[in-house]
Amino acid sequence: MLPDPDRPSYESPTAGRQTNFWSECLNKNSELTCFNLQFYRMALLEVQNISKYFPLGGGLISKPKAWARAVNAVSFSLSRGETLGLVGESGCGKSTLGRILLGLIKPDNGSVIFENQDLHRLKKSELKLLRQKMQLIFQDPYSSLDPRMKVETIITEPLRASSDLNRSQRRRMAAELLEKVGLNPEDLHKYPHEFSGGQRQRIGIARSLSVRPKLIVADEPVSALDVSIQAQIINLLQDLKAELKLSFIFIAHDLSVVDHFCDRIAVMYLGQIVEKAPANLFSANPGHPYSEALLSAVPLPEPGLGLQPELMQGEVPDPVNPPPGCPFHPRCVHQIPKCRRESPKLTEVEADHFIACWNPL
Amino acid sequence: MDLLHIENLSIRFNTPEGPARAVDRVDFELGPGETLGLVGESGCGKSVTALSILGLIPNPPGTIEQGRILFSGRDLLTLDQASLRHIRGNTIAMIFQEPMTSLNPVLTIGRQVTEPLRAHKGLNKQQSEQEALHWLERVKIPSAKNHLRSYPHQLSGGMRQRVMIAMAMAVKPNILIADEPTTALDVTIQAQILSLMLELRKEIRSSLLLITHDMGVVAQMADRVVVMYAGQVLEQAETQELFQTPLHPYTQGLLKSMPRLIRQKDRISSRLSEIRGTVPRLTQHIPGCKFAARCDSAFARCREQQPDLKDTGTGHLVRCWLHAA
Repeated sequence: MLPDPDRPSYESPTAGRQTNFWSECLNKNSELTCFNLQFYRMALLEVQNISKYFPLGGGLISKPKAWARAVNAVSFSLSRGETLGLVGESGCGKSTLGRILLGLIKPDNGSVIFENQDLHRLKKSELKLLRQKMQLIFQDPYSSLDPRMKVETIITEPLRASSDLNRSQRRRMAAELLEKVGLNPEDLHKYPHEFSGGQRQRIGIARSLSVRPKLIVADEPVSALDVSIQAQIINLLQDLKAELKLSFIFIAHDLSVVDHFCDRIAVMYLGQIVEKAPANLFSANPGHPYSEALLSAVPLPEPGLGLQPELMQGEVPDPVNPPPGCPFHPRCVHQIPKCRRESPKLTEVEADHFIACWNPL
Repeated sequence: MDLLHIENLSIRFNTPEGPARAVDRVDFELGPGETLGLVGESGCGKSVTALSILGLIPNPPGTIEQGRILFSGRDLLTLDQASLRHIRGNTIAMIFQEPMTSLNPVLTIGRQVTEPLRAHKGLNKQQSEQEALHWLERVKIPSAKNHLRSYPHQLSGGMRQRVMIAMAMAVKPNILIADEPTTALDVTIQAQILSLMLELRKEIRSSLLLITHDMGVVAQMADRVVVMYAGQVLEQAETQELFQTPLHPYTQGLLKSMPRLIRQKDRISSRLSEIRGTVPRLTQHIPGCKFAARCDSAFARCREQQPDLKDTGTGHLVRCWLHAA
């Protein structure tokens, strides 16, 4: 799929550099050009048919009693400088997927291709090198910082592991990073407990930026924060994204935050992507009944609208025994007989808008 | 006549860093059948205020410095434990945020839902079980009869919160206090639980004190809103009025800093407006307005002198020097 020139994420200088790289390659022999053309078209991250099942019960020798389906045949791609939002209810597999993308969990099936390399086929040493290009921002700013480390050590730890900078160079870099995330460079000598939740999240962001990553997986980065602090952190991430040309996988359950921050949104349900679309298309015109239910459940800060009618019944089914056919059909108010028998495939209904539903809205 | 009137309430906690005023001269009332939203960020004193109504402030470290909590004419702060026990879970019931920690993990659902019925309503085992079953069905717990014998860990978070609601509603309280009842839940389950609470509250005609940090939830649920910050009430108004014409710079900032779900194809992406800085520590002594350090419209007086909560004329109260004249 060729990039859409209308989407702003492609107008970044990174894209320009690729064009130069590409035209340089045009002068070389034709075979190479062909290869590099492919490279240009290739996204930063390409996820192909990822599945992950977790065993339940069983022990060292005995077989597991059951398997929980966490991620089921998920594919998508992420371009350079793009932000993809992963949304869904708790237990839908969005965090597991995020960890698979970073190479922290090995999928049972499928491949994660980051800059042309298959993450889960690399040697440990190669993976370690690649990991510098991808970082994670955690949800809880309290448990994700070591309380016995000074801020300087926290921020420079990834650098110590991966670069040959000396101590004073690392310190200078840490001070710069602190300033970049809106903290005072003098804070380097403090401990995490001296900071508020929002400030701790800033430290976590500085740590993830220290290795100059290209991709950041942010797992609910603002949901533990107060409303007034949320806005500060979202703005910070937005500024950093523009300045450093970062790509984001933004995992969150708050649709207003995702809608505001992301270029594209993928909705997950029981480990599957059920809808995938550009953010504006998605929230204006969702195709999957589950997406509509998610969107209409968000209480809006405008009195008098009333609570939106419930567009689905019950709760998420057990991932150990997912229902046959479409996984959403037991809760769906739009179901037709076919939904109970056959699982729908993700199909493109309009440009870049994919839905997995037999009876879309 | 107000059902509940909190008058000039101040609560202090002794902490290693010195005394912290968690609640500072809080004043508001709750009318019969009214839903009052108590909003604010963490540490603003909204939960402590709620706990003090039921006499649940641990002492030490907490001390009630001054004030009265009048419940149908009686001051709850002067009651002894026996009379308080008669009110708790009976005429005033509470729903907590985390349904896993507020249900007893070693008792069955049935036992926990029937307990207040037997203690306060004098029902026998059979009657209370029947009543419990009725309420579990009302909160839409599937196959409620089987779940009477279930333990809390066998239910999902949403189901546990439904059990909490059934427990609170079954005694038909005059006042229901819900402290962040849906914060731990998914947005889809939140919508289900909120509309269930509205429906049942109307049915038993109780007043609801809803504590939350979510302006969206308040907008859809409350009749009137009290905004708290650093232990103080900063603004109080009818919901419609508060969202249309917020007067305090803090309320304005809160509303502007929320990302809005814009369900339109064409839109301009913009930056969120933020409130700079962070909430002050409660141990810190601030001579002027508590919000002054983060306020864009603060002037000299704001830093020196504390404004009072003033009525602007239409029942819209605000604590701000901008509106003091």
